[in-house]
Amino acid sequence: MKKHITYIVLGLLALVPLLGLSSYMMHILILVIMWSVIGMAWNLLSGYCGQVSFGHAAFFGVGAYTAGMLYSKLGISGWWGFPASVVVVAVFALGIGYICLRLRGPYFALATLAMGVIFRIVAENLVGVTGGDLGIMLRERTWIDKTWYFYIILLVAAVTYYLVRKIIESKLGYYFVAIREDQDAAESLGINTTKYKTIALILSAVITGFAGVFYTNYMGYIDPKVVFALHDISIITIMVVMVGGVATYWGPVVGAIIMVLLAEIIRSIPKLGTAHHTLFGVLLIVIIIFLPNGIVGDFSKLKRLFGMRSPAP
Amino acid sequence: MTAIQTEVLLQTLISGVLLGGLYALIALGMTIIMGVMKIINLAHGELMMVGMYIAFVLFSWLHIDPYLSVFIAAPFLFLLGIGLQKYLINPVMKVDSILPENQVILTVGIGMVLANLATIIFQSDYRQTPVSYGTKAWYLRDYWKDSPVDISLSMPWTVSFTMALLITAGLWFFLTKTDMGKSIRATAQDLDAALLMGVNVERMRVVTFGLGSALVGAAGCLFIPIYYIYPDIGGQFTLISFVITILGGLGSTVGAIIGGLILGLFESLTATYVGMGWAPVGRFVIFVAALIFIPGGVASLLRSRKFGK
Repeated sequence: MKKHITYIVLGLLALVPLLGLSSYMMHILILVIMWSVIGMAWNLLSGYCGQVSFGHAAFFGVGAYTAGMLYSKLGISGWWGFPASVVVVAVFALGIGYICLRLRGPYFALATLAMGVIFRIVAENLVGVTGGDLGIMLRERTWIDKTWYFYIILLVAAVTYYLVRKIIESKLGYYFVAIREDQDAAESLGINTTKYKTIALILSAVITGFAGVFYTNYMGYIDPKVVFALHDISIITIMVVMVGGVATYWGPVVGAIIMVLLAEIIRSIPKLGTAHHTLFGVLLIVIIIFLPNGIVGDFSKLKRLFGMRSPAP
Repeated sequence: MTAIQTEVLLQTLISGVLLGGLYALIALGMTIIMGVMKIINLAHGELMMVGMYIAFVLFSWLHIDPYLSVFIAAPFLFLLGIGLQKYLINPVMKVDSILPENQVILTVGIGMVLANLATIIFQSDYRQTPVSYGTKAWYLRDYWKDSPVDISLSMPWTVSFTMALLITAGLWFFLTKTDMGKSIRATAQDLDAALLMGVNVERMRVVTFGLGSALVGAAGCLFIPIYYIYPDIGGQFTLISFVITILGGLGSTVGAIIGGLILGLFESLTATYVGMGWAPVGRFVIFVAALIFIPGGVASLLRSRKFGK
């Protein structure tokens, strides 16, 4: 049972469109899966390799803009963004890695944060290339119905999950964890840390870029403030993984479910809507202090906490 | 170069230096926190925002001049910083977790809460304190009739700059001449050695965080007569202070001052010669260039001071 849980979940999810859920419910589901993809990508770089990135919006935005510009400049379907973004995002990630991977720990984190902001400002100011603050609008949607969007993002998520799992269980994954645990020790054991950190960064970036390409095609409109957003993309990415569980396979999925639902619920309560960053911030603080490894990572701790109330066996 | 061009250049340089002095004060707070606690305080800009709103409220309700509210905002932020360090950051430093960056992410959470609370209380409107001397300026030609170029010196900018200098001097005095300042520097240089010498390291951490917050709160008050505020203003100042800290060399106070001046000059040059919208990009060009060419920052060039590695 436990061995096949992935296939069971995937199979059940594939059947969901047959339920005939409302368009809004499908939208929520699509968002949850999209955030799981971004979370898994971030987890690969930050959870396993230990390089905490505060700038994943940069990769998300580059992916989104690759798709958007293929449409607006070349006039071809935004779906071509999937193959194109692999190259484009990888090149950008290589550049960012060259600059930021010189730094360690929190300094790397802040450098990537700065990168995210640079990308936003450049996208806002290069009006001739990106369209500036006007953004890019896809004039015709591929499908009205959400079913196909759901299957596409589900496929991306399934491939990402498989990829992350394969990488972490391979030699590469052990290198990543070794770098996270002690970079100097890893280096002295003959691991080329710069090379493997760059690999982790590029993999993570390309997957995040995929989510960006999907976002453009799904939403039909992007502008720099949306796709390069610091709080609404970069920080939420971190929260998805922190809440769910750092360096766990299912953590990003659990985190995405909680964060998307929470955001929707808070937004639907009048008065409380403006306070959603406060609640997110408080949630982040509480999680870090009490469940530093997230819900999945500290599941035994949670179980003990709630188990105390039931009579002792 | 014609007279006009010289004038523009000189004017740009002057405003760059004035801006740089204020930037240096913001970055100093982050630098001493980084030096002692080895963490980056990502809520730094938000603490400045709190300082700015204190000045704003005092001005609009009680008509207290923003420059006087430095003496109210700084102690308040000192206490706020102490509270944050004692009840939120210190517990996390002891918790065991996979990612050592948890404290940094925690400060992000604190920043989010502060910015959002400000939005709820003050709405997200842009606000200003319309001080009476806001547009006053001194002109060189008023004092020297035959000067070849005319240069103006805005009064609030100059006053803010001077006060930033005074506060910096005060900080320098505190760090080098007082017992507590010496203990803070000892903690920054070598934690274990300081502990062995009988320095109360735990207390120094709390005081340092308070001090860093107070500095940036004071900077917020100095900024308010020449700037505007809105609740999300913090993020950009966090980035500015980080860029300066990288430029100046991590944890180096002298480096932070020089870095602040360089950034101020560079930003005002980009604003004049490339375009206003690109000024933030200029800031990051400097940042990237510093990382590639002088990874140790100005401090490594000066070789005057070294904290660990």
